Amino acid sequence: MSSNENSEKPSPEVMLTFYRRLYPFKSIYHWLNHEHAPTRLFTQREFAFTLVGDVYLRYNSFTTADELKKQVCQLNPTRFEIGPVYSARPRDKKTMRPGAFNPILRELVFDIDMTDYDSIRTCCSGADICKKCWGFIASAVQVLDSALRNEFGYQKLLWVYSGRRGIHLWISDKEAMELTDQQRKAMVGWLTVVQNRKEGSKSLNVRTGGKLPPSLQNALDFLRHSFVDLILHTQECFKSEEGYEELLKAIPDSLLVKTLRSKWESKPGRSSEDKWSDCFKSMSADKNLMTALEDIIIQYTYPRLDAEVSKHRNHLLKAPFCVHPSTGRVCVPLDLEMIEKFDPKSVPTVFQLLEELDAIRVTEDQNTELHSDWEKTSLKPYIDIMEKHAFDLMQEARKEKLKSDTSW
Amino acid sequence: MFKGTVAPSGQVKNHTSFSSPLNFYDNPPTFDVSIEEFETSALDRLRVLAEIESSAARNRSWEELKNVTNMQCKKYLPLSSSNKEDTSGDTELRRRDNLSHFVLRLAFCRSEDLRRRFVKAETTLFRVRYDNLIGREREAFLNSHDFDWIPVEEEEIKKFSEQLEAAYASTSDGKRKYVKWTRVPDLVERRKVFLNGGWAYVPGHDISSIIFQEFEDHLEKALEMTARFLPRLDEDTRLVPILSNLSQGFLAGISSEWANASGPTSGNEIKAEMVNDLAKKHFPLCMRALHENLQKDNHLKHFGRLQYGLFLKVLGLSIEEAVAFWRKSFSRITDDKFNKEYKYNIRHSYGLEGKRANYPAKSCIQLLAPGSSDCGCPYRNYSPENLQTALLSSYSPLGLRAADLPEIMATVKAGHYHVACTRVFEITHASSRVAKGQGIGDGESVTHPNQYAARSIELEKLKDGMVAD
Ligand SMILES: [Zn+2]
Repeated sequence: MSSNENSEKPSPEVMLTFYRRLYPFKSIYHWLNHEHAPTRLFTQREFAFTLVGDVYLRYNSFTTADELKKQVCQLNPTRFEIGPVYSARPRDKKTMRPGAFNPILRELVFDIDMTDYDSIRTCCSGADICKKCWGFIASAVQVLDSALRNEFGYQKLLWVYSGRRGIHLWISDKEAMELTDQQRKAMVGWLTVVQNRKEGSKSLNVRTGGKLPPSLQNALDFLRHSFVDLILHTQECFKSEEGYEELLKAIPDSLLVKTLRSKWESKPGRSSEDKWSDCFKSMSADKNLMTALEDIIIQYTYPRLDAEVSKHRNHLLKAPFCVHPSTGRVCVPLDLEMIEKFDPKSVPTVFQLLEELDAIRVTEDQNTELHSDWEKTSLKPYIDIMEKHAFDLMQEARKEKLKSDTSW
Repeated sequence: MFKGTVAPSGQVKNHTSFSSPLNFYDNPPTFDVSIEEFETSALDRLRVLAEIESSAARNRSWEELKNVTNMQCKKYLPLSSSNKEDTSGDTELRRRDNLSHFVLRLAFCRSEDLRRRFVKAETTLFRVRYDNLIGREREAFLNSHDFDWIPVEEEEIKKFSEQLEAAYASTSDGKRKYVKWTRVPDLVERRKVFLNGGWAYVPGHDISSIIFQEFEDHLEKALEMTARFLPRLDEDTRLVPILSNLSQGFLAGISSEWANASGPTSGNEIKAEMVNDLAKKHFPLCMRALHENLQKDNHLKHFGRLQYGLFLKVLGLSIEEAVAFWRKSFSRITDDKFNKEYKYNIRHSYGLEGKRANYPAKSCIQLLAPGSSDCGCPYRNYSPENLQTALLSSYSPLGLRAADLPEIMATVKAGHYHVACTRVFEITHASSRVAKGQGIGDGESVTHPNQYAARSIELEKLKDGMVAD
């Protein structure tokens, strides 16, 4: 464990150094712009800054990465957010007639946050997160990633750790960028299974004629495994009385519920796995009860989305590589393969990064290129992920261009 | 009668043939149209659309909405003649339907709000009509437009049989198509479709979803295009006032029942001497103002007289009582002058003289129309100061307080005059248990001064009835 883990808030001086020497503005630019030369994907893009004292500045826009960097260093925000591409430059909004300024393009974004799992996780509460409860996020990511690729056909997905206890997803496929609010809302409907956030006990209503739709059948095949690992082993969700009572609520056979309850009351040490197998033994023979078991698995492990973030094109989302203002951790992009074993505590903090920079300064000359400062820090692997992703997008854009150039 | 020619391939030739009752409105009318037909066909369509809008406000079920809309369509906007044997008039009806749609496009492309409401109402009308189509007609319609969908091949059905069965509970649906998922957002939202790689495999019984969505998107885009080209049309000074009247009518929430109010609306006869009392308790501000001017000056100018007279007629004043009321009000003139100059007009407005037409009372749309400034809608015409004074002096006995004014003035400022009027109705009828949002009943807004007064009188009766029980 690295030294200072307590929640030290980054000072303005620390933030300024971070923006000046480490923040990868070029990569962010390429990722948003899809090309080398500035396009409206960047120049008509909204940036919003949160300054010290919660001052919020909306509708900023920039023509180049350098201009963005200059402004960020001048304002030194605690964080900044990225919005949609508008029909005109956001900074000209005031001079536009109403109706002529509308969001036209926007990455399709998703937000999964630990808050939505508070009712079932047993290891931490509130703002805390550990490797154990990250399992919920990891499992949600697998399901969501596969649904978006296989069912919706998107390929340009970028997962970004939110800096505290959640994860963001940015999808940059051309077709995804063009989705209307109505289409985004429809997609959220497709991907929302666990309805009532507060009451985890509500039974699911996702079947037609007793059958799961194919998308959920696929998810279930995967979630069976995470259910055992996560709910039964890691989280021991049914160990406490409160926990197993939640489980019993989802069993539609009152006689069976009584039998199970008295059995579990008399043996308080019975593990979650034992309890689940008690259920399984007495339920698997009956088709209806079997369905109820499957529904419980989905209920406990299916991704829980923050729907509002995804529904509207003009929703702002924190930019990758921002520093979380209370943890000091950088919001780093993650490879899909890293996510399962990911430990939020392993993410570099801004303090740690600046220490690393100082160390370089001691061993090397001062005259190294400022832009590549991050090359020598533990931020490098994460920036590499972003650069590779941006490179993919630029390749794709080039292909598209060639196609339209030769098509006439 | 002109009839469209159908090429052997079944493809429709360049001019619209109207062979299917329904169409996607791909082709604007190219024939000559009289100004009168231009306006009347649009007004008729507006009646149907207004009824559809009010159905949403009234929370009608789909079946109820369908019935009401079909009834209105039969009256104002039929697509086929009622005589099934003789279809020679159908083309003419469909031509008129097409015309009215395009006229309203011109009227409703002007603001985002208008566009949104128009698209919603038109799409609903389209759905109702699509629902009505019988097999052969539906076939003809599906062939009249390129929906750009791909039939699902047998091979693929085999490949995805398990998923398709799970999604639709049957694989034996011959007319399955696939389209990009973005074209069926409603099916996706409810998880009622099988998705693979961004394509939605839509079963035959759900292809209407594709069609409705296509209609909506198509119309939305077309309206935006029209809006861009509209400035050129403004050169035609004959059309502009008609178009803005049409859209204003829609904004005022034209209600087909009240747009035609021409007869008495309450069963009980109203005597001349009751009018003053009724005015204080039940009239909307526009009629209150006319009544007070009349009492104060013992006179009203021509248009005011006409308007107030028709209002009183519909309210239930018989011709005899009307003559008595006006005679008493015009107290400064001689019998002789009254009989010569005014009596004729009163009788005329009751359809007893001249053309003997049964003139309807003016609706809110008409009162809101430009040009009716001195006796139009006070919410629109008065200065903010005058309006507030008038509201307080007229309605504080009925429970309106100064604290209610900011909300009312805010809606006025936003141009929602009928909303302001409706809110005043709600406030002044709180004692009849009218709550905010209920409007003049079932959430309906005020669209006609007579509707306002009739509902107010009705509420009072209900209240008295309750006390008596
Ligand atoms: Zn934890």
